[in-house]
Amino acid sequence: MIPPAAFLLLSAVLFSLGVLAFFVKKDLLTQFMAVEVMLNASNLAFLAMAKASGQAAGQVIVLFVITVAAAEAVIGLAIIVLIFRQRRTIRTDELKDLRG
Amino acid sequence: MVRYFWLIPLLPGASALLLLLLGPRLSRRWISWQACLTVFLSFALSLAGFVHLVRAGHGSSGLAKTLLPWIASGSFSAAISFAFDELAAVMALVVTGVGLLIHVYSVGYMAADRAYSRYFAYLNLFTFFMLVLVLASDIVLMFVGWEGVGLCSYLLIGFWFERPAASKAGMKAFIVNRIGDAAFIVGVLFLLVNVGSSSFAAINAAPAAGVLGPGLVTLVAILLFVGATGKSAQIPLYVWLPDAMEGPTPVSALIHAATMVTAGVYMVCRLSGLFAASQAASSVVAWVGGLTAVFAATIALVQHDIKRVLAYSTISQIGYMFLGCGVGAYAAGMFHLVTHAFFKSLLFLAAGSVIHALGGEQDMRRMGGLKKALPTTFPVFLVGALAIAGVPFLSGFFSKDAILTSAFAGGHYVLYALGLSGAVLTALYMFRLIYMTFYGQTRATHPAGTAPHVHESPPVMTVPLVVLAVFSALAGFAGLPVLLGEKANWIGGFLEAVLEPAAHHLALSTEVGLILAATAAALAGIAMAFVFYRKRPDLPERTARSFPGIYRLLVGKYYVDEAYDAVVVRPLVRGAETVYARFDLGVIDGALDGSAAAAASAGKGLNVLQSGLVRDYALAFLLGAILFLGVLLL
Repeated sequence: MIPPAAFLLLSAVLFSLGVLAFFVKKDLLTQFMAVEVMLNASNLAFLAMAKASGQAAGQVIVLFVITVAAAEAVIGLAIIVLIFRQRRTIRTDELKDLRG
Repeated sequence: MVRYFWLIPLLPGASALLLLLLGPRLSRRWISWQACLTVFLSFALSLAGFVHLVRAGHGSSGLAKTLLPWIASGSFSAAISFAFDELAAVMALVVTGVGLLIHVYSVGYMAADRAYSRYFAYLNLFTFFMLVLVLASDIVLMFVGWEGVGLCSYLLIGFWFERPAASKAGMKAFIVNRIGDAAFIVGVLFLLVNVGSSSFAAINAAPAAGVLGPGLVTLVAILLFVGATGKSAQIPLYVWLPDAMEGPTPVSALIHAATMVTAGVYMVCRLSGLFAASQAASSVVAWVGGLTAVFAATIALVQHDIKRVLAYSTISQIGYMFLGCGVGAYAAGMFHLVTHAFFKSLLFLAAGSVIHALGGEQDMRRMGGLKKALPTTFPVFLVGALAIAGVPFLSGFFSKDAILTSAFAGGHYVLYALGLSGAVLTALYMFRLIYMTFYGQTRATHPAGTAPHVHESPPVMTVPLVVLAVFSALAGFAGLPVLLGEKANWIGGFLEAVLEPAAHHLALSTEVGLILAATAAALAGIAMAFVFYRKRPDLPERTARSFPGIYRLLVGKYYVDEAYDAVVVRPLVRGAETVYARFDLGVIDGALDGSAAAAASAGKGLNVLQSGLVRDYALAFLLGAILFLGVLLL
């Protein structure tokens, strides 16, 4: 039996990697993938805690997160495609029209 | 029918509301009928109530009706309640009767005006407020009517607001009235605090019951009278009335001659118990009235505008009414109010007919010779002039004589002399007006004023004139001198139920002497006018040249307007300008501009945070999350 701490540790590592990737990478698509990694890291943490506590609530939340992530992926990708069509680039350094 | 007397004010009020809301959509025919019919119904109800009171005789307490509770606050309460007693009956008949005739006349006079519905809406609204003032059974509700008629007066003086003079005159009337009303409000508050009730019955009974001390009675009465000097155009607040002639002529007849300006006299009569209890306040009323009567008459002597002559004449005649009230003859004051309402509205409407005929000309120096051209207007004008001058057996003769006799009987000989000399002046300026307008050769310069264009007014205007002329001639028989028997003074007896009685009796010979003196005064004035303006037309100018100082003083209207301008208006305006420059622009605008500038610079400073780069925002997000976790863990 693997202790829950190991799952949580893996989850923390995955999350940190996601954050790191988000900050290091400069194109929108990769940053988007980093966000997905973070989401799944949190899913893992939920599942670990659900198993440890023996309650179903954590698993329910994971289902919700997956649903939301799916929807987000659809919209996010659509936005990225549209941005690319308009600007011929998805480099976040160049997309700063919302500067105040 | 009598039970529904409370509808008297509400009918014109409802009509006014309808005209204000739907006015421009209604046809002129409909507007005319609606406006006149509602006033006619009020008149019919007033007449029914009046007949009821006459039949009931003395001892009837009149009709009363409480419509709604209104204010209830602590120990103070006021209700919307109307009362119809003898005094209210007489006044309501005047307001609705003369008002009806003037509504009808207006149908002809205003026929060509663009704002027809607005005119009748205001006129009906005025009738409503005036009747509220008359029928109110407590002083707070009366004050509502009091302010309401002031508002309508303002609206109707400035009816042709595209003319700067008219809108200025409206504002002047409103502001001058405000000054009087301020004193009136203070007086009312004194009453509410000390009497504890706002009903007229309680207030009139208060001095005798010892609820109000003698000093307080005098103070309150004088404060209320200051309000009356504003509304009724007496010294020192009369200055607005001559300017009010900028309004349409029927308005001048209704509001600024027959009804609203006499509201002050009505109020003094309504509170006769209060005024009679203070010798000092009564003296103030009498002296202000007497002085105003002569003062305004002297100004009327040299005016050239036909309506302004009548305006100063109105001020002078209201002075007589106050003179009567001040010497304790409240019934005589009311009687003069009634007869004055007839002959002065007649004179104004007839003057309106003259102005109408001459295409808007108001300057008497460009009139003359209209006797033949205006076959209806001239005789009715003459009746009005004879009545106001006090020629025997016309209404003004009896009412003026009643006042002068009371002044003499009360031992106020100086006031009597003032009144008598005022009577001479009245006859003089009225017949100066008649001779300048109707006799001699035409002096018209305007093409519309020359012979072929001059036309008599349509029947809708002349019929009210004839009706008013009949009343001006005959109304005096309601109040014959007492020497013809105890019952001769019918109106005096009728009003005795409400008013403080005048308890003076004179020897028969004295009374006859007084009547002869009044007659002589009237005839002397007419004779002087005949000599000056008919027989020797060069005489007025020569007289003016012999007394240049007096003449200039009169033409300048004693420079009262100029004095007020220098003492009150200009310092106020200058003070307001200083406050505007220092406080408004400096402090208020400065604070506003300062806070706006602070917000703008704060925005500029924080602007750097909004880089537009996703990574910067994400960093802020991350730091925030770490901070939050840190706080949570520690």
